[in-house]
Amino acid sequence: MAEIIEGGGGHEKGGKKRPKKSPVRMDMTPMVDLAFLLLTFFILATSLSKPKTLEIVYPKDVENPEDQTKLDDDLATTIIVGETDDQIFYYHGKFRKDTTKLEPSDFSKDGLRVMLLERNKRVVEQVNSLKDQQREELKKSNTREDDEKINLRFKELIADASNDSLAPFVIVKTMPTTKWKNVVNAIDELNITSVKKRAIMDMEAREALLFLSPEKVAELKLK
Amino acid sequence: MPKLKMPKSAPSLDMTPMVDLGFLLVTFFILTAKFRPNEPVIVDVPAATSELLLPEKVMQITVDDKGRVYFDLAGKEIRREMLSRMVQRHPELKLTEDEARKFALLGMCGMPLNNLSQYLGSDEKTRAALDAQTPGIPTDSINGELGDWIQSGYEAFMADAEKHGLEPKDIKGDKALRYAIKADGTTDYEKVEQVIDVFREKNIFQFNMVTSLESGSK
Repeated sequence: MAEIIEGGGGHEKGGKKRPKKSPVRMDMTPMVDLAFLLLTFFILATSLSKPKTLEIVYPKDVENPEDQTKLDDDLATTIIVGETDDQIFYYHGKFRKDTTKLEPSDFSKDGLRVMLLERNKRVVEQVNSLKDQQREELKKSNTREDDEKINLRFKELIADASNDSLAPFVIVKTMPTTKWKNVVNAIDELNITSVKKRAIMDMEAREALLFLSPEKVAELKLK
Repeated sequence: MPKLKMPKSAPSLDMTPMVDLGFLLVTFFILTAKFRPNEPVIVDVPAATSELLLPEKVMQITVDDKGRVYFDLAGKEIRREMLSRMVQRHPELKLTEDEARKFALLGMCGMPLNNLSQYLGSDEKTRAALDAQTPGIPTDSINGELGDWIQSGYEAFMADAEKHGLEPKDIKGDKALRYAIKADGTTDYEKVEQVIDVFREKNIFQFNMVTSLESGSK
């Protein structure tokens, strides 16, 4: 194994005879073990330390969201993110007293995602076919410049496709006590399902009343 | 039958090249590893599927699970400049030269201005104790400290970019300053919203929310 073998020391000065020394052997195995342990640690630690981010753009004007988004009510979907993990609901269209019912949902693979994919089917199909085209063209191109041009062009095309006037509009409604991870989860679901038209807004009291007690709603000071 | 002759000495394999390579890699990783500066709080960020990396030039606001707000902007020169602009805005903030130098070397800071001098003047142990009981940087519009930090940080960043020969119109894309919000998954959205509202007052609408990569599909 890894070891240093040293000869008897070489020249012997003087005429004295000494008993022959056996070569010094140093076992380097523990040191090598340690080195590889460190190596493994650093390899794992460096790749994990890169933080990822989720880009969110907030709207400029929040005073009058109704003015800003003149959209068909049929295209609107509201996702309600409550305080706990089991208070995730959605409803389609405009809020109508007595008739609007909250559909319970969750952030699993078969939860909101299925609903949003179905709702946004046309855009998702378009985006997917654009992505396929992009992949094809990238295969054909040879230079890096071409690659960049293609990527830029498709980025715009994909943005256009998702901003389609008939694409659904999703409003994420939060309460003051909504947990941040659930807000991120909701936005992540929108990203997965290519929903680009979105807004984060405060929940209204009438919406909260559908799943919370009146006392609790009053406590949260919802409008 | 002829017997198989076994070698008398134990077979030895020269492992020196492998060990050399091992140490070379260890050295490489030790040197390239970026150690995170001592962070006053540990924040457990939510998981998402986004694979977008955190931009290089970033002003980071951290919100911990209790809703305390911390401010961070990297770069020694920039921090120095930022602090001097902050002192201009808040004349009541009296800092010695030594304290200002210390601030430039620190990372994330969650001290209200009236505690900042004491914080910078104390040793590491006292600082950790102060970190544990800080209320965070005030985000309300009366004190407006977070807003002033953001404004000072932005101005310092722009001044620094100009010093490096960049025209204001060139400061865009990955040269521009980005804004990251790193909030704990269990933080109430209300607290994060307060931070976002401060940014919105400054006409900043685009954020990078720090997340961890989700492992596998849900």
